[in-house]
Amino acid sequence: MAGYAKTPAHAHITASRRGTEESPLVKWLLILIALIFSIIFLLVPLVNVFAQAFSKGLAGYWNALADPDSLSAMKLTLLVAAITVPLNVIFGLAAAWTIAKFNFRGKSLLITMIDLPFSVSPVVAGLMYVLLFGLQGHFGEWLSEHEVKIIFAVPGIVLATVFVTFPFVARELIPVMQATGSEQEQAALTLGASGWQTFWRVTLPSAKWGLLYGIILCNARAMGEFGAVSVVSGGITGQTDTMPLRVEKLYNQYSGAAAFAIASLLALLALLTLGVKTFLEWKQSRAHELAEGAPLPEPLLPSAKN
Amino acid sequence: MSIELKHVSKQFGGVKAVHDVSFSVQEGELLALLGPSGGGKTTVLRLIAGLEMPTAGDILVRGERVNEIKVQKRNIGFVFQNYALFQNMTVFKNIAFGLSIKKWPSAKLEIRVKELVELLGLQGLERRFPHQLSGGQRQRVAIARALAPKPGVLLLDEPFGAVDAKIRQELREWLVRLHTDLNLTTLFVTHDQEEAMEVSNRIVIFSKGHLEQIGTPREIYEEPVNEFVARFIGVLNVLELEVRRGIGRAGEMEFPAADRADGERMRIGFRPFAVRISSDANQFPYRAFIRHAFFLGVMLRVELELPSGLTVRSRMAKEEYARLGLEEGQPVSFLILRYRILRGENEPLSPEILAGTPARPSFGEGI
Repeated sequence: MAGYAKTPAHAHITASRRGTEESPLVKWLLILIALIFSIIFLLVPLVNVFAQAFSKGLAGYWNALADPDSLSAMKLTLLVAAITVPLNVIFGLAAAWTIAKFNFRGKSLLITMIDLPFSVSPVVAGLMYVLLFGLQGHFGEWLSEHEVKIIFAVPGIVLATVFVTFPFVARELIPVMQATGSEQEQAALTLGASGWQTFWRVTLPSAKWGLLYGIILCNARAMGEFGAVSVVSGGITGQTDTMPLRVEKLYNQYSGAAAFAIASLLALLALLTLGVKTFLEWKQSRAHELAEGAPLPEPLLPSAKN
Repeated sequence: MSIELKHVSKQFGGVKAVHDVSFSVQEGELLALLGPSGGGKTTVLRLIAGLEMPTAGDILVRGERVNEIKVQKRNIGFVFQNYALFQNMTVFKNIAFGLSIKKWPSAKLEIRVKELVELLGLQGLERRFPHQLSGGQRQRVAIARALAPKPGVLLLDEPFGAVDAKIRQELREWLVRLHTDLNLTTLFVTHDQEEAMEVSNRIVIFSKGHLEQIGTPREIYEEPVNEFVARFIGVLNVLELEVRRGIGRAGEMEFPAADRADGERMRIGFRPFAVRISSDANQFPYRAFIRHAFFLGVMLRVELELPSGLTVRSRMAKEEYARLGLEEGQPVSFLILRYRILRGENEPLSPEILAGTPARPSFGEGI
């Protein structure tokens, strides 16, 4: 019945729209402008990264990557990501769960706090940690007495990266968890499941696409962060250089091809992230459609005949 | 005695959702918690389940106090209003969830799930996900999931709320059958009085967090404790009377009010069945014409309009209507067999007052 009612209404909308629609010339002109714009500003620079990276041939590319200092930068970047991402996953899950399932005082304050890293310049984020833990900082004296190095060392880099990537997982999970609500979890409880079992069997699986999405965004940012890390790292070659810092350093030392070789890795990571992100978005929207839509037509079951 | 609530109250912040409620449920009973929305009936169900903790009072199951026993240990089956099926699990896994939590060996588990699939007519759907099911199927999966771990009591929150009218009727009959087969103590929440009357052994009526009445559908219909219950269950004609010289009047209708002062106002109520109609305009004291006769299947609802503009609703079998030779627009006379005096929403009703002699023997319906 709904179908009958819909058709004339839809026809009416398209008919009325036609009057306000621009001519095909304008439409194509706009598309062309957008296309040229994205080619000049996005595609050409990206292709250029790879072209520059291979400007000294495959061997040159390989040597640039196999350089011990570059290798150390890659290792450090992976290490930072390997610490940062799990930390943010735990925090993100906890924060999203609290915000989605409970009402408490200061809830909106917590949401604002989670967004803080988005609005603070990464350089300021880095400086905050220098002011806290650096030699002249509040805890600097105590730390140096106990021979704990945070600034110009790996812990500082991790801290700065955690700060910058703080919102990614939580921000992705909150809407997903809010949409799911808490009834499924209560159902699990009535069936005898403990809180922990409920979390692993019900809460986490229903939020998994949102979580994965948050993780890849968090990872991309953790590996690519420059500003905050550059302030706290001190840039000790072979020790506290991450990949983005290494790229900048090589470029400043006029080793363009080597800089672009490492940059190409970061660019690849970006492309991969985009690919996974698109896939997850598709998965998620499909899951949503299925969850909200009408039951699928019958032939989902293997039928005996045909 | 299977479940007992003793002076149970529940407060959410400043809001009293349940206020000093006491009642008990017999083993094997099918009980309806009925009331308008916001009446506290779902909260009572959730208190019994252990999903909410009472602010005051005790909940006893088979004589033992369960206030401190967690929801996981209460051995209840709960069916949520929107079913709350696990979206990421198949029908099979949904039904098996409670069993796998209790670590049933897989062979036993499969047999139990198969039993329930057959009991609820879900054959062939085991591998589907909830989003691939119709509303009625989802509900049956939710019930199967709740029944799988063999609970001591089944609790259903608005079980027929989210399905369309036709499936609703089927599900009602089916729930009664299921209850007869399993003989499991079952409580369900509903706001639909017809549903409660049709399905349950006994009904508990809630309003604004208070328990108004508990009884069989017949008791509640015939002996409502107050005006709220009388109006909530079934149809009630209510008349505003003004007293003059010991007689309460509404339009041309008159009722004795000897003990009342002039100018006082009073209200009376009577069921449609208490109105007797005759096609002979002189047989009964009041005259009216049939404004409309609504066809309700076996019964007809007949609306009478008096010359003063007052409306009185009556109800009769369609055979009776035909036998009396009634039709719309026809002038008739009528009589009110019995009525009660209303004293306010939560005040007790007066005993039934007989008014006039019936032309034919009455069949003993309530007011």
